[in-house]
Amino acid sequence: MNWEAVIGLEVHIQLATQSKIFSTAPTAYGAAPNAQASAVDIALPGVLPVINAGVIRMATRFGLAIDATIAPRSVFARKHYFYPDLPKGYQISQYELPIVAGGHLDITVAGRDKRVGITRAHLEEDAGKSLHEAYDRETGIDLNRAGTPLVECVSEPDMTSAAEAAAYARKLHSLVTYLGICDGNMAEGSFRIDANVSVRPAGSAEFGTRTETKNVNSFRFLEKAIHFEIERQIDVLESGGTVVQETRLYDPEADETRSMRSKEEAHDYRYFPDPDLLPVAIDADFIEAERADLPELPDAKRARFVADYGLGDDDAASLTQSRVLADYFEATVAAAGGDAASQGKPAANWIMGDLSGALNREGRGVDASPVSPSQLGGLIARVADGTISGKIGKEVFEALFAGEGESADAIIEARGLRQITDTGAIEGYVDQVIADNPDQVQQYLDGKTKIVGYLVGQVMKASQGKANPKDVNRMLVAKLDAL
Amino acid sequence: MTAEDGIRSLVARRAAGEISAAEIAAHYLERIERHDGDLNTLISVCAERARAQAEAVDAGTAADGPLAGLPLIHKDIFCTEGVNTSCGSRMLDNFIAPYDATAVARLAAAGAVTLGKANMDEFAMGSSNETSYYGPVRNPWNRDYVPGGSSGGSAAAVAAGLAPAATGTDTGGSIRQPAALCGVTGIKPTYGRVSRYGMIAFASSLDQGGCFARSAEDCAHVLGAMAGFDARDSTCVERDVPDYAAALDGDIRGLRIGLPKQYFADGLEAGSRAAIDRAIAELEGLGAELVEIDLPHTDLAVSTYYVIAPAEASSNLARYDGVRYGHRCADPVDLDDLYSRSRAEGFGREVQRRIMIGAYVLSAGYYDAYYVKAQQTRRLIADDFTRAFADVDLIAGPVTQAPAFRLGEKLDDPVSMYLNDVYTLPASLAGLPGMSVPAGFVEGLPVGLQLLAPWFEEGRLLNAAHAFQQATDWHTRRPPGYESQETP
Repeated sequence: MNWEAVIGLEVHIQLATQSKIFSTAPTAYGAAPNAQASAVDIALPGVLPVINAGVIRMATRFGLAIDATIAPRSVFARKHYFYPDLPKGYQISQYELPIVAGGHLDITVAGRDKRVGITRAHLEEDAGKSLHEAYDRETGIDLNRAGTPLVECVSEPDMTSAAEAAAYARKLHSLVTYLGICDGNMAEGSFRIDANVSVRPAGSAEFGTRTETKNVNSFRFLEKAIHFEIERQIDVLESGGTVVQETRLYDPEADETRSMRSKEEAHDYRYFPDPDLLPVAIDADFIEAERADLPELPDAKRARFVADYGLGDDDAASLTQSRVLADYFEATVAAAGGDAASQGKPAANWIMGDLSGALNREGRGVDASPVSPSQLGGLIARVADGTISGKIGKEVFEALFAGEGESADAIIEARGLRQITDTGAIEGYVDQVIADNPDQVQQYLDGKTKIVGYLVGQVMKASQGKANPKDVNRMLVAKLDAL
Repeated sequence: MTAEDGIRSLVARRAAGEISAAEIAAHYLERIERHDGDLNTLISVCAERARAQAEAVDAGTAADGPLAGLPLIHKDIFCTEGVNTSCGSRMLDNFIAPYDATAVARLAAAGAVTLGKANMDEFAMGSSNETSYYGPVRNPWNRDYVPGGSSGGSAAAVAAGLAPAATGTDTGGSIRQPAALCGVTGIKPTYGRVSRYGMIAFASSLDQGGCFARSAEDCAHVLGAMAGFDARDSTCVERDVPDYAAALDGDIRGLRIGLPKQYFADGLEAGSRAAIDRAIAELEGLGAELVEIDLPHTDLAVSTYYVIAPAEASSNLARYDGVRYGHRCADPVDLDDLYSRSRAEGFGREVQRRIMIGAYVLSAGYYDAYYVKAQQTRRLIADDFTRAFADVDLIAGPVTQAPAFRLGEKLDDPVSMYLNDVYTLPASLAGLPGMSVPAGFVEGLPVGLQLLAPWFEEGRLLNAAHAFQQATDWHTRRPPGYESQETP
């Protein structure tokens, strides 16, 4: 039988606020356990939540960016369950009236465009952490994370492959970091993905029983986890079994998902509107002000990169995947001077080639690049104006990356890398090479003209790379032809 | 010093140097020492703290506010830094609050001195003060009788002269009912008038802090210092607090007072009815105009309240899980055992009953039928008042159907206990300000006149009560054995 997967993602997007959603405690990651848990966060008797206005603004911007409806009135509700890292015995979330509803994201997979619906996005507070491993037969509770603001973004079950799910997740990640509402740090849990996966006979209108896979903290793992889960469910069904509705955990070491808890034991969360908080009212003026203040978003930026910098669609897509990278690119082009359409391509090549290679080697992000856009732009300018060759350019780049000079110009000067433009000097090298390589010269004269490449190389070597290879080629050919 | 010293006079005499704050505090601490063994109005006595606060007032190192040197008792529902704040429950028997409730902080900033923490029904759930983990409070007018609840300790303490004033909270009548049963003046302001921050939550959409004192004028002084916007409570309303005390002129001529016919129907005990009728006649004599009004959804109040309040309570009390503070059972075998035994041991029967009711009405399949329906009937009840206040300035009626009942009399009959709140619940559901004003006696037990005003019209309420008290002396009566004492 042919099977078809149905995939929906729930993504918890941690909002990049300074303080928590309902208290004034800071949200910074990595503090000593419970050092950032205020009276409100630990739910002392008598304390009350007060909404952080910043989260309303961020959720609104997110809703606008996914072309969704911003609810004029949304309501916080209490979701009840007992767990030691949930101090109040309930989580403040939004239930019947979320702040954002009905948006979408467009993705491209294998050249095919697809629109993925977003059902809703609501605001909620994070829980704390239970530390089961740190103590013998005891569990530690760290409430630093309790009350950290989250947007939970729930997609429609519109995706049919692990690749589509990963593309959607990447797109969402790119969007929220562009908006500046999330730092996007997946290792620290700032962007957490749960995947709802089911399979059904291809063409069937009914959904199969779904599982929810949690703990997927990279896009690569997401793809692998979904792939595993699809195969697992098909195996279960093909061997005559039934898929159990349950929560599963992805184990990246074993590359498999494992049953965590069955939904049969699911709680009745007893949702009801939180009487400590007023409904959130958002008027059209607020929405329009936020709309006007939105930054350029990835799709628009990508189209502009194609139009303004003459980039191919793939290059533009790669460069606009993160706002930091896109900003780096534009600053580099600006620093290179000249006209954007002609500097765009070399800038893209440098950034996605040498720079990203060097950064990957050192495990750094572009935001921590030792080569600044102005340094890289200066280098590109020197290659473009013929001061150095592309090959010498790579040497200059490595020197810049190693911090061995202030600028491309300084390195070129200090190391004497300026291309030799003195025809007399080049002619000297050419004559010398012709004299030193009689066999190759004879081959050329016998009609094996490709050998000229070898001779050019010898001249370049003799000039320590500083001659312009085009000039050398022209001069060599002229001299050989004259023999 | 005499018990007839009003707050204004007491504060003025201290300011003039006739008496020190330390002497005032010592006087009341001595009365607490002498009488509270019989009455059990206090869970904690803060003698050291009170002396230190009073000395700071005398030394000029404390806030020199409008209540400088005034001793107060706080209901043990208000978090008080460094002091056990039990909420009348075993669950919080070991809880030392690490912060002051906003109301406590505001009163301290006004110069008030904290004498102690008042006994109360456990988590404010009760109408007789018998659900307290610390034992029942006794009514100073007759110690075999209940003081009312849930702020029974506060009301009884003021009645017995253990403090000039006390704070309380009112969720469904918890200030007005014990004020009536103990013969003191009590005011529950508009929902949102006094910050709920640090006031341990029972039912968040209903809880409201207020106070007890010996007169409306004294209530005006205390409420003026308690009330006001607090950014830490999202339901606290940003609105100026008038100078309630300064505005009292005792003139109610032309005031239109509505008498809800539902509040004078069957069920109102005859002696109480007579006292209320006389009080209303007194108001008329002072120039008020009486108008019969209709509050047609009054009979929905008890069932509405006993869905909404337990629902919110079941949620608010979920935090008491034995994990971070409060009672934890000994040697839990696992997490479920920790939860179930800590909560079973920490909460009393009435609290457990309301948690069960609340969890039930919020559960899937029942939510619409109970909780949503109750919110709808709550709106109908509030709309009754809105319509009524289009025509009248105030509403008057009884606080309770009868004076205080005997200790233990209704303990095994929760429904009868709940019905005791029939006249106080509607205003709570509507968020309206209300008062209980002493209005007579039935067989030696006090009767309270209830006055209700539109939202944020506490001033109108206090002035009507003040006018009544200028013309009557019910509020000056003292329970036998607790009469005023000689000036030190």
